[in-house]
Amino acid sequence: MASRESDWDGVRLHVVTGKGGTGKTTVAAALALALAGPGRRTLLVEVENRQGIAQLFDSPPLPYEERKVAVGPGGGDVFALAVDPEEALLEYLEMFYRLGRAGRALRRIGAIDFATTIAPGMRDVLLTGKVYEAVRRQKAGQPVYDAVVLDAPPTGRITRFLGVNAEVAGLAKIGPIRGQADNIMGLLTSPQTAVHVVTLLEEMPVQETADAVTDLRAAGLPVGGIVVDAVRSPLLRQADLTAAAKGRLDPEVVAAGLQAAGVGVRGGTVSGSLVESLLVETAEHAARVALEKSERRTLKALERPTYELPLLPEGVDLGGLYALAEHLCRQGAA
Amino acid sequence: MTAALDLDQVIGDRSTRIIVCCGSGGVGKTTTAAALGLRAAEQGRNVVVLTIDPARRLAQSMGLDALDNTPRRVKKVDEAAGGSLDAMMLDMKRTFDEVVLAHATPERAQVIMDNPFYQSLSSSFSGTQEYMAMEKLGQLRAEERWDLIVVDTPPSRSALDFLDAPKRLGSFLDGRFIRILMAPAKTGGRAYLKVIGAGLGAVTAAMTKILGAQVLKDLQAFIAALDTMFGGFRERADATYQLLQASGTRFVVVAAPERDALREASYFVERLGEERMPLAGLVLNRVHTTGARSLSAARSTAGAETLEDTQEHAVAAGILRLHADRMRMIEREQSLRGRFTAAHPAVAVVDVAAQPGDVHDLAGLRVIGAALAGLRV
Repeated sequence: MASRESDWDGVRLHVVTGKGGTGKTTVAAALALALAGPGRRTLLVEVENRQGIAQLFDSPPLPYEERKVAVGPGGGDVFALAVDPEEALLEYLEMFYRLGRAGRALRRIGAIDFATTIAPGMRDVLLTGKVYEAVRRQKAGQPVYDAVVLDAPPTGRITRFLGVNAEVAGLAKIGPIRGQADNIMGLLTSPQTAVHVVTLLEEMPVQETADAVTDLRAAGLPVGGIVVDAVRSPLLRQADLTAAAKGRLDPEVVAAGLQAAGVGVRGGTVSGSLVESLLVETAEHAARVALEKSERRTLKALERPTYELPLLPEGVDLGGLYALAEHLCRQGAA
Repeated sequence: MTAALDLDQVIGDRSTRIIVCCGSGGVGKTTTAAALGLRAAEQGRNVVVLTIDPARRLAQSMGLDALDNTPRRVKKVDEAAGGSLDAMMLDMKRTFDEVVLAHATPERAQVIMDNPFYQSLSSSFSGTQEYMAMEKLGQLRAEERWDLIVVDTPPSRSALDFLDAPKRLGSFLDGRFIRILMAPAKTGGRAYLKVIGAGLGAVTAAMTKILGAQVLKDLQAFIAALDTMFGGFRERADATYQLLQASGTRFVVVAAPERDALREASYFVERLGEERMPLAGLVLNRVHTTGARSLSAARSTAGAETLEDTQEHAVAAGILRLHADRMRMIEREQSLRGRFTAAHPAVAVVDVAAQPGDVHDLAGLRVIGAALAGLRV
């Protein structure tokens, strides 16, 4: 998988965003699996304190520590990390300033708490800072992770989240914070980063996707692909769908089909109310397919590589994640 | 069996003065708030709906084209019962400005608003939205112009953020850190030693090292300027928190039949209980239904396979496949719903069926409103 070309060769940081409820965490996890080709190592990072990754991989809550959670379909390793802002701040202070005792004093007087909760922008600085560190970390001259996948905040907050370091640079004209902020913005605006947007084929998520793409572009952040989640496969021909939407499917034809299938037959005939209920469901499906068609057109106009993942009617379990990873590989996302 | 949530009773009860719609992102919170507000108005209440970040077309459905932080009358609402509907979108920067202007002299307010920290805090740093949503709620309530306020909560990381925001502000204002930051501006540095004693030198040195001297100076100037307002800030935060616990307040937790959304809803229900905040119940949006419950997923699939083998009746085969998918989805949703109700048997629930499309107009909101009242349309 790693040996053949994907649409994102050269990208080291995959940021995955999307409107709430679109399956952003699932897609991020599937992408981390898909990127773990032979001999490769990926890190899946979560920053919203929700332990969504642990839930997906059926593992106990993740501590603030990189842990191996899975082996990719290509044989590589997938690590996961849930970033805790307080720990990240102390680690950061230790690493860059060797604060030791003063770091603990800062915590005691409430400065750490202030920095990570009251000054909310600081939180985003720390979270992006930790991600930056993971992307840049090296061992024996080689990057520790071939790719880092960030399960990022939702579309409504993503541009602000990723742009927070530009904000910091505006506040701090000089000094070490400024240097760090510039480095992080450098990575986030470089071709090594791609911000992928997850959407459903529904009006509001598609609208938010379009808005996010516009905002990201305006902020100079590299827009990656569009991942369309929970796509239903067409089960009826277009002509039948059109007829269904207009209520023109012949109930007798359907009843004859059910009879042939041996379904819903009572006393030799197929229940009329069953046929009626099924036709209602079919009409709803047809209306939805029509809506999806127009949403696809809107997405196409964004002119980004687009990947489609099937709806898994029973929900996403570990097996489902691997299936989604395969879809991403096959379509060239990894 | 879990009790059915009767929202008509909640909005019909004149002693209900505030309804807070909360839940994780993407579950239809804003739509629920708007639909409840419209239904209450058409039943005779004088309602204002405070939305935080509505989708464009939902905003347009209520005639809100501008984000101007002022309640506007929604037209084409049926006012025969004597009610009315106003709606507004929160502008957090402007709300913050209003707070500053209300608590500081004009000169002091100008100093605060010109500080780069204020500009970031009030307009772009995330988290401010939660504070300001609660502030706006307090303002609307104090105006006494409406007998019902329906408020939508910000699309936060977690549904609990807005609940914690006023408290956090309070504890921040009591914090030693603030006093230390203010000390040099107030007394030229001597108060430092009294405030925290040992380890102080290291702290200041660390802060200067990390932030740089200019940033520290700006921050101190900002905190010092805000100093005069702290009392007012804290009173307001406390008042808002009490408002949320008041007997006229009802929380409506909104979720979709998805694992994550229901998990957030569970946290929220538990948290409201701990805080003694009055919960009306759970709205479960986007629930799939069927009129053909007697035909199981397994039998439907088997029927489709039979037809596919004969290569006849393609339409019926497709319809059976569709139904099988729908039944599987319903089974999953019902099992998630069952888990929630088993863990929270006392929480009343109302299901709102999945709509074929998004809501664009008042008619669409009325349909949702009827479903919220437990009526089949």
